[in-house]
Amino acid sequence: MVPFKTLKALAAPLNQDNIDTDQILPARFLMMPRDQKYRTYLFRDLREDNNGLQTPDFFLNQKKFSKAQIIVAGRNFGCGSSREGAVFTLVDSGFRSVIAPSFGDIFYNNSFNNGLLPIVLPESLVKELQQFLINEAAPEITIDLESEQIFCEATSWVKFDIDPHRRERLLKGLDMVDYTQQFGEAINRYERDCLVDKKWL
Amino acid sequence: MTKPKTLLDKIWKRHEITINPAGQSLLFIDRHFCHELSFHAFNMLEKRKMKVRHPSRTIAVADHYTPTTGEDARDFKSLDRFKLYNTLKNNALEHNLNFLGLGDQRRGIIHVIGPEQGFSLPGTTIVCGDSHTATHGALGALAFGIGASDVSHVLATQTLWQPKPKKMRVIVKGFRPAYVSAKDIALSIIRHIGAAGGTGHVIEYAGPVISSLSIEERLTVCNMSIEAGARAGMIAPDETTYKWIEGRPHAPKNDNWKEALSAWTLLKTDEGAIFDKEYEIDGQLITPMVTWGTSPEDALPITGLVPDPLEETNAEKRANLKRKLEYMELKPGTSLTDITVDRVFIGSCTNSRIEDLREAAAVAKGRAACVHSIVVPGSGLIKKQAEIEGLDKIFIEAGFDWRPAAGCSMCVGVNGDLVSPKERCVSTSNRNFRGRQGPDARTHLTGPAMAAAAAVTGKLTDVRSLQRN
Repeated sequence: MVPFKTLKALAAPLNQDNIDTDQILPARFLMMPRDQKYRTYLFRDLREDNNGLQTPDFFLNQKKFSKAQIIVAGRNFGCGSSREGAVFTLVDSGFRSVIAPSFGDIFYNNSFNNGLLPIVLPESLVKELQQFLINEAAPEITIDLESEQIFCEATSWVKFDIDPHRRERLLKGLDMVDYTQQFGEAINRYERDCLVDKKWL
Repeated sequence: MTKPKTLLDKIWKRHEITINPAGQSLLFIDRHFCHELSFHAFNMLEKRKMKVRHPSRTIAVADHYTPTTGEDARDFKSLDRFKLYNTLKNNALEHNLNFLGLGDQRRGIIHVIGPEQGFSLPGTTIVCGDSHTATHGALGALAFGIGASDVSHVLATQTLWQPKPKKMRVIVKGFRPAYVSAKDIALSIIRHIGAAGGTGHVIEYAGPVISSLSIEERLTVCNMSIEAGARAGMIAPDETTYKWIEGRPHAPKNDNWKEALSAWTLLKTDEGAIFDKEYEIDGQLITPMVTWGTSPEDALPITGLVPDPLEETNAEKRANLKRKLEYMELKPGTSLTDITVDRVFIGSCTNSRIEDLREAAAVAKGRAACVHSIVVPGSGLIKKQAEIEGLDKIFIEAGFDWRPAAGCSMCVGVNGDLVSPKERCVSTSNRNFRGRQGPDARTHLTGPAMAAAAAVTGKLTDVRSLQRN
């Protein structure tokens, strides 16, 4: 996994609440292998209409945001289905971070397994950021994970909060199975001592 | 005196192997389910050349991509779907997992067959790469959905790192009026707390209305927890639970049963235990519900009207509401019961159990469906039971399309059971997201009796108006 330390990148606003993982990766693409095409599934039904024509209003279809690596989204981003493909397609499209007032729990959790940084900020601040992104010609945001701060001209430095374990995982690009194997002895002990009185299981 | 604990605290503590310096718990996972989309996780395992740590703790079940027209290879709607099925089968064989495949009567939707087989038990931790894993919490388990990386982690280590979630309790007090289903209770709760209301929380459902529910009904309520944003939902096990589980194939037997029972009776929230959030809902006020929009929180009593964006003072909410109504092609102020529909789906991990089929059949009996309506049982055994009770005949005589093979079907449509673009479907499933049942499909969520009512009238219908004397 690619570690995440600091990121200075173009950001794009997705000013809608409850963007569920069916919108991020429509269900018909779930069976697809994760190959070069995987990124093209991202937001497919929001990006294109029924006839396969681009929807000009959708943020990623606007030239200004076509190279964005950060999304500043509405409440409850990534709610719904547990499909990790939603994170795969974002990452494969070059996104490294999503900023929102809240996230679907499973999406949030999946992000850390793929080097995608989800940042929770108060809704008022998210709105301010979105306005900045709309107003500026090439709006960039800087994220520093080590110090848990983001910076843009509109807000100057803003602190965000993240679970220290998850922060460490991103900073080091830590693989969870490797990490857990360090606790092999504790797992063995649990299986030996704590499962004996649960024969019914 | 020890601090009063919640049901969640108790299950958590029993499964905590260790805590890391950042305060995350390494939980032992008792039960795990795989399905066709677990292929990413098996690929990850393969890359590491790792084996499954405890094969007997995982059941692999084909449910998402399987056909509902029959149990045969030729019933698959496409070759790639059949290949996906075979991939699961091969992975299961290679890793020596329990596998329920085509032609096996025990096969069905994971969240139906886990409890049905007695594999999902009180006090256990249960995970699956599917957000509706919350369903199993109805038996007093901690059950939640995970992504592919975590699935591979569970296969490899039988554990998961988790931060301790916040605790929420939803008490449904009073009593439940006639014609109000478990689905109506779930939709009322989601409407009340919102689609993100449960984010970061595990919900414990309690109170007299919840205790009076059958296990099938409890499974429906817990199933929808994720639609309120919660990772999991749970209900403390009681006599109803024990009776329901006893004798099921994987349920404990003889001395083990007695031992299990004595462990399970401790599984309740102590008096005075503290929740981070508590809600109280008055059961008497719950009515048959239907969704009008594109989030499960967009639910209203069937007697209601399509909301009017002009009445929304917040500009952004107004725009959002307009967008939903445009997608759903609904006019503000329309009576919900004036909305005509194109098709009906009765099934899914929310509402495909025997009681759901009975409720729907009671409405369908002696009437005729006027729109295409499919009924998909949740498992092979439910199908068999329905046939013993003659429910299949009732549906068929009423012109419903009774499907002989169980699966997720039109809830997510990946097996090819799709709603066409612009079609309006009344569905007993759990999500009315844009495009959920197919590109540009419009979904109205209801319980099974309300869905059958829509099938025989061709519009959203208050099931109480079809009351027979």
